[in-house]
Amino acid sequence: MEKQELAKQLQAKINAMQGLGKLSEASTASDLYPFTTAFPGHIFPTSAIHEFVSYEPADAASTSGFITALTGKFMKAGGLCLWIGNGRKVFPTALKHFGLQPDQIIFINAPKLKDVLWIIEEALKCEALTAVVGEICELGFTESRRFQLAAERSGIIGFVHRYRPKMENATACTTRWKITPLPATIEEGLPGVGHSLWNVELVKVKNGRPASWQVSFVDDHFHEQIEKQITLYTNHDRNAV
Amino acid sequence: MSRYASIWFPYLLTEFAARKKPQLRDTVFVLASPQRGRMVIDSVSIQAAQKDIHPGMVVADCKAIFPELEILKSESGQTEKVLNALAEWCIGYTPLVSIDLPDGLILDINGCAHLWGGENKYLENIKLKLRGYGYTVRIAIADTVGTAWAMARFSNHEIVKPGMQYEVLQKLPPAALRIEAGILAKLRKLGLQRIENFMKMPPTVLRRRFGSSLSFRIAQALGSETEIIIPIKPVEPYQERLCSMEAIATATGISIALKKLLESLCIRFEAEGMGLRNGIFRAYRVDGNIQQIEIGTSRPSRNEAHLFKLFEHKIATLEPELGFEMFVLEAPKIELISSEQSAIWTSSSQNDKKVAELLDRIAVKTGMNAITRYLPAEHYWPERSMKQAVPLWEQPATAWRTDWMRPIHLLKLPEPVEVTATLPDYPPMLFRYKGKRYNVVKSDGPERIEQEWWLADGLYRDYYCVQDESGARYWLFRSGPYDTDHPKWFLHGFFA
Repeated sequence: MEKQELAKQLQAKINAMQGLGKLSEASTASDLYPFTTAFPGHIFPTSAIHEFVSYEPADAASTSGFITALTGKFMKAGGLCLWIGNGRKVFPTALKHFGLQPDQIIFINAPKLKDVLWIIEEALKCEALTAVVGEICELGFTESRRFQLAAERSGIIGFVHRYRPKMENATACTTRWKITPLPATIEEGLPGVGHSLWNVELVKVKNGRPASWQVSFVDDHFHEQIEKQITLYTNHDRNAV
Repeated sequence: MSRYASIWFPYLLTEFAARKKPQLRDTVFVLASPQRGRMVIDSVSIQAAQKDIHPGMVVADCKAIFPELEILKSESGQTEKVLNALAEWCIGYTPLVSIDLPDGLILDINGCAHLWGGENKYLENIKLKLRGYGYTVRIAIADTVGTAWAMARFSNHEIVKPGMQYEVLQKLPPAALRIEAGILAKLRKLGLQRIENFMKMPPTVLRRRFGSSLSFRIAQALGSETEIIIPIKPVEPYQERLCSMEAIATATGISIALKKLLESLCIRFEAEGMGLRNGIFRAYRVDGNIQQIEIGTSRPSRNEAHLFKLFEHKIATLEPELGFEMFVLEAPKIELISSEQSAIWTSSSQNDKKVAELLDRIAVKTGMNAITRYLPAEHYWPERSMKQAVPLWEQPATAWRTDWMRPIHLLKLPEPVEVTATLPDYPPMLFRYKGKRYNVVKSDGPERIEQEWWLADGLYRDYYCVQDESGARYWLFRSGPYDTDHPKWFLHGFFA
């Protein structure tokens, strides 16, 4: 038993060295299920950079929603988030739906890419923040490495949202995600559009298993849609049979 | 033995107004403020006083007396401000100047007058200077504050020789003793028209009939009772200067000078509990050229290292050429660092300080306008549903609403789209945005949001949340009713 415990601690140390972030209270919480399953030790890496890529306006909106929901999970106990971008599109009034207090965010609008990169890095070095969200198009390997190192040192979580990058180049970020909207599953005969449903694709993850989930965010919690889908398929299969 | 000078400004505020606006100089004007639903005159100009218009009269009555009368609004607290400025100016004549509300100053001139060659010349000098500024002044010098005050206002006798208070006061009316209106009325009723009439009465008699204040004022005027004046304390400008023996032309040299100046300024801030909000660093070049760099902070700060960092980015903009010979650091805007300021959100004050310093550094790059925080505003109109927090740390007064679906990305300006809708007031079947066709599968709505007529004109909007085949959701609205031939449709946002 002791050996196992020791091995666990060693593994955590190795993970920290490999840029998977330190152990923290928030990351072990069940709040972030099902995403934790894809990471080594079932720990969602904080003090790391998560990269998001989107191409369509609707995908970008879903990505923003997903980032907001994740950030909200880390900011439950108060704290402060910096949202850095060029030409703000995010509508603060809507953020509350995803469990994030809009007045906990400071928006920074910098027109020059160079300035945005500098500000993101400075913000990631500031331990007083809880999360940093950066909206940039291009992110080179060097810059991502700098971000990742800054985040590892200060222990805050960084999200980089790349909208329509020229190419998905290799970066030093811990993960790469793609979020796309899905038609919501609502009961037959009910009107309306229902809760938003996302196809969350974890394309790249250090030392973990890439995976994808169909997730909705209702009442401050992520809900995986897996069971419903299965039952639907089974019904369909049965009919086919 | 002490000597005091009392300066009286009979038309203080009006002359100050005329100084600000020279075109008022020869006009008949008054300063008035609303009191109990009518305009009452607070102070009059010298020309108005000659027309028998006095403070305390109602403006409407005066208009009847003199229809061309010009009326300006008086500002509350201005007397203190003007007197304070004048008192600070008087520091040149004596280090101890006190404000004597509502319309005078008292100078403690012990050991000062001889520097101007005697009290006569001293007094003339002050008078001449103040008249040059456009003020009507009356000055008197005496051994006591009370006598000087009385002589300035009630007599033409300007300099009272030492020990002569008793003699000069005799012929003056009782009002010269700075006593309340009630006692004055009583004295008049008893036929005591001059101070000499009751001055010799024993204090016990006076006290029994008029209370203790009358005999106290007499004693003060005569000098048997001491009177303490409270001198003003002029604020030293927050400025530090550093001269260099040899011209400095390198960035290293400039940063050393800046560090030294910051150090001495921050020591002063520390002692006074202040913090810098705005700083100017000036460099005087050998050839007479002056260059400056400026910084601002989001919250008052006296952290040397942080302030230096803010300046550091801009040192490169200075052009030393042959070198700088002097550096001046000035803080035109300072603020008290209070403990309550540090309570932002639930995090610790140490964290707040770090964030404030980070934001300052960012502001140096992008300008303060680029940094915003939003608070809920009580409006349904989407563009107005939030407002910027000013100052940045402002706390929300109301909660954020979550009862209606709102898109996470909102277009700054709604973009027109072409739609096909089956029936009036039905959600569209398809819409075309930027040349691409979107088939609407599901929809929610309409949610009608009326334009707030008290803020802006315009048509109401009927908002629909529509979903296309891929599951992407859009926020469309129709502007106005269907009765016109082609109602306009717009795309306003994207749902997550």
